[in-house]
Amino acid sequence: MPKVIIDGVEIEAPDGTTLLQACEMAGKEVPRFCYHERLSIAGNCRMCLVEVKGMPKPMASCALSVNDLRPGPNGEPPEVFTESEVARKARHGVLEFMLINHPLDCPICDQGGECDLQDQALGYGRGESRFREAKRAVEDRYISPLIKTIMTRCIKCTRCVRFIADVAGIGDLGATGRGEDVEICTYLDEALNTELSGNIVDLCPVGALTHAPYAFRARPWELSKTETIDLMDGMGSNIRVDAKFDRLMRIMPRLHEDVNEEWISDKTRYAWDGLRNRRLDAPWVKENGQFRKATWEEALEKIAQAFPKDEPEKAAGIAGEFVSAEEAFAFKRVLDALGVKSVDCRPPHVKLGEKGGRAGYLFNATIAGIDKADAILLIAANPRLEAAVLNTRIHRAWFDRDVPIGLIGEAIDVTYDYEHLGETPDVLAELAAGKGDFFKALQQAERPLIIIGMGALARRDGEAIRALAAQLALKTGAVSDGWNGFSVLHTNMGLPSALEAGCLPARGGRDTARIISAAEKGDVSFVWLLGADELPVDRLKDAFVVYQGTHGDAGAHAADVILPAAAWTEMNATYVNMEGRPQLGLRAVTPPGEAREGWQIIADVARALGADDAAFDTAAALRSAMYEAAPQLAKIDTIEPADASALEGLASASGKATSAPLASAIEDFWQSNAVARASDILRRMSEIMRGGESREAAE
Amino acid sequence: MLSDKDRIYTNLYGFHDTSLKGALARGVYDGCKGFIEKGKDWIIEEVKTSGLRGRGGAGFPTGLKWSFMPKEVGDRPHYLIVNADESEPGTCKDREILRHDPHRLIEGMILASCAVQAHTAWIYFRGEFMAERHAFEAAVQEAYDAGILGKNSVFGWDLDIVVHHGAGAYICGEETALIESIEGKKGQPRLKPPFPANVGLYGCPSTVNNVESIADVGEILRRGGEWFANLGKPNNTGTKLFCVSGHVERPCVVEEEMGITFRELIDAHCGGIRGGWDNLLAVIPGGSSVRLVPAEQIIDCPLTFDDLQKLGSGLGTAGMIVMDKSTDIIRAIARLIYFYKHESCGQCTPCREGTGWMWRVLERMAEGRAEKREIDLLFEVSKEIEGHTICALGDAAAWPVQGLINHFREEIERRIDDYTARADREGSTVKEMEKAAAG
Repeated sequence: MPKVIIDGVEIEAPDGTTLLQACEMAGKEVPRFCYHERLSIAGNCRMCLVEVKGMPKPMASCALSVNDLRPGPNGEPPEVFTESEVARKARHGVLEFMLINHPLDCPICDQGGECDLQDQALGYGRGESRFREAKRAVEDRYISPLIKTIMTRCIKCTRCVRFIADVAGIGDLGATGRGEDVEICTYLDEALNTELSGNIVDLCPVGALTHAPYAFRARPWELSKTETIDLMDGMGSNIRVDAKFDRLMRIMPRLHEDVNEEWISDKTRYAWDGLRNRRLDAPWVKENGQFRKATWEEALEKIAQAFPKDEPEKAAGIAGEFVSAEEAFAFKRVLDALGVKSVDCRPPHVKLGEKGGRAGYLFNATIAGIDKADAILLIAANPRLEAAVLNTRIHRAWFDRDVPIGLIGEAIDVTYDYEHLGETPDVLAELAAGKGDFFKALQQAERPLIIIGMGALARRDGEAIRALAAQLALKTGAVSDGWNGFSVLHTNMGLPSALEAGCLPARGGRDTARIISAAEKGDVSFVWLLGADELPVDRLKDAFVVYQGTHGDAGAHAADVILPAAAWTEMNATYVNMEGRPQLGLRAVTPPGEAREGWQIIADVARALGADDAAFDTAAALRSAMYEAAPQLAKIDTIEPADASALEGLASASGKATSAPLASAIEDFWQSNAVARASDILRRMSEIMRGGESREAAE
Repeated sequence: MLSDKDRIYTNLYGFHDTSLKGALARGVYDGCKGFIEKGKDWIIEEVKTSGLRGRGGAGFPTGLKWSFMPKEVGDRPHYLIVNADESEPGTCKDREILRHDPHRLIEGMILASCAVQAHTAWIYFRGEFMAERHAFEAAVQEAYDAGILGKNSVFGWDLDIVVHHGAGAYICGEETALIESIEGKKGQPRLKPPFPANVGLYGCPSTVNNVESIADVGEILRRGGEWFANLGKPNNTGTKLFCVSGHVERPCVVEEEMGITFRELIDAHCGGIRGGWDNLLAVIPGGSSVRLVPAEQIIDCPLTFDDLQKLGSGLGTAGMIVMDKSTDIIRAIARLIYFYKHESCGQCTPCREGTGWMWRVLERMAEGRAEKREIDLLFEVSKEIEGHTICALGDAAAWPVQGLINHFREEIERRIDDYTARADREGSTVKEMEKAAAG
């Protein structure tokens, strides 16, 4: 570990540390524009120049490794000055150059107040301009319907270009022209074909790239900021929700090294629009085929009338994809108390949570574990659409480490090269039997990773496919000490949260598929949907349907009584991601209208149905009961590893997979759930990305 | 003065046969087999002894540069890259070699490749060098046909030459931008370290040399490093191609001994300054990228790297731009800065933004439409660019401006005064501008 003296402070920096990082370790702030910890080094802004003793010129500290510094003549550690006259003058100069062609339109710039250039001009600039010439103007370019460009403000740091190439894994964005005429643009002004484009707005140190749907809506200092968890996919990305006067304004990523690093997908980011639109803000009851706004009392009364009290086997409950662990736990407990055995949280035919235990339904390798995997098999999963941020880790494994990647299922563009092994479960069966070159690749790998998508599990033969995957995992050594490569890629947070909370059918109860078919036959006459929209709800039309949820989507349309609930940004609750990592979501805004928090509604329904004992009076009581039943949920942000030996039971499961081709569970990234469907922005994105009107902005 | 027997470039003007036959007759390729048998260490040692400094402008010792390459070839091949992107304004020496003595360059490439253990040599042609490329490619073909290049070379060093034609960007003459360009990327300089000798073309150890440096090698080995070292002055040895352009009677490219004084060079080869020595205003001695030197300082200055550096300038490529007193020196420098503004790659801030700023100020100064305090501002701006950029283009753009202000500050001030006085006499500048706008 080389030693460096920075402004008189001697530190020891690990090998490969850049000088800029070393300066930060010594507690010195070095201004920068182009440098970003997670992107490749460009060294082009020249803002981070520091003086190095013995060097004729100031050096760009972001691009200089401490190993490249030469010790002094008597072997003393190299000396670096961040505050010397040379360094100060160099920064002055660079900042002046940045500003000469940068428009001073901060008052109308959406970046104003959170702009690196503003901050650094204040901290390091000279305070006045000496530039008397006309400023350069640059034509705005179209790069995405989500991103507004004001290219005159661009300082050409190329962070966006590097993000799109290195992290998003596509080559769409680049710089054309040279000298003063450099412009950042896409080829022929086509929209960026990525699910991560919003991140370049966060990366942009100036206001050249801003969010088009957010344009001129708020100033950063007006926003109240709440740190919470995202529910738009199964990752549980850490987000910050910004609200203005109790109105959701935008969603930003928050740092979590083991989950989303500091990226979020566009669906996560623009969910704010979906969380505001098409909300259920009052109870509704259906009378003569027509919905009528009702009071809570009326709605609960109606439910009490319809509930088959004497025949609880004719009642059922299904939890959906936005359910929190608390809601799922209370739901199960109330239905248990009412004698209802048919409770489920899984899509039809999915058997997660039965054989294989927790190890059978979690992403056991963990998201951060992808960085250690040395061979990856994707089964009916399209991580690009199902968990766009997770996909960046697979891209990195391929790009940085040449990890072999195989895919069984529909051939798709996942931004990296993979070996397409075939489309049907037969291929998986062959692999599981130890045949094929890719089997060898997995076997030779120290930490093989087998990712099975919901597309494979939500089929009638899903359990057989899951068993084959488990066999393959066991055979290739994917389950060993300290490593479990059998990983289920969830597409939402509700399923793992409810599974962890134990929201599964009681002995003798029906699962989702059987609830639906029983409702058709008349064996089930009462169905309580807890935010479940991704079901063939029209098949429930003969039953009395209670829909408790947030949006006027499929479930609400099929309902007889609608109970308006708070969305995840409107309550404090625990959510578990695909890895089994419980995280706390916090309330950022209040629920709309008469909507209430899910657990309160469940308690009210319980009381209305006479199960007062099962109703919790406070969230704290609910939580402590839940922690008692599922202690792993109490360890916030800690993954309780699943018992891998349970996979053997799963592997020996009987059943035969059919030869129907496998495909991802998500066809349209932009419209994959009720919130996304309620969002105007995401709906327009879906239309645009499916082709056609790519030049219009989604507003 | 260089005697004819010491000339390296015996067909600089294309008066003789440029084909392989002609080249062999002039002694090119003589003894190559023996040099290669003596091995790379001997070649590098001999070139070090000769004191040959890179002819591309920076004057870095060539032998030393070669010795930076890894001693043994590892899992990555080594590459020699010849920089034939001769784009420096005022420089036109490599062009003559490529056109008229291509075999001398091929010979040098073989020997240099042996020294750096490369079996593939790349040559990067300036976009505009169409005829030069054709001439060189013809020579390469001849060499392949004669078994000089390719597998089982008659000299015992297998070498393939890859000709790469640029698209005409000045910055691609910077070694790392050149490498990027060969790789098919945008010609933008890389950050250093790592240096090309470690991570160069396609990530492999590479040495980038100027055409003239490489073409010198054959003759140095034939006559011995001592011979070359005895020519010129200490630390500035050998012969050099000088490209004299501008206000001399007969502009020319000529091979001369290092250390010849400017007066001797011009009188002997160029027929003197237009209008006599008293008419000389200033000289930019090393291609446009060095500070200009006023007449009284340069006339009897020996033309070496070190002597010109003492004058605050440099020998650079030895592209002498001679300006007599008819020259509008401010406009001349403004035009040069326009060139740098146009050729800046746009990667790093000081050069991208600063060159345009300097050009705009200089354009006004050339008219006199400026304020005197802007002279100091301009100087400061040039200082803010110098040394703060990724590559040397920033420095190259700053130095001409600094040279102008150092030596011709009074001229700029006079221009400004004249403009102001004119404004007083003929009404106002506003009226002038109105008139210009109207018609």
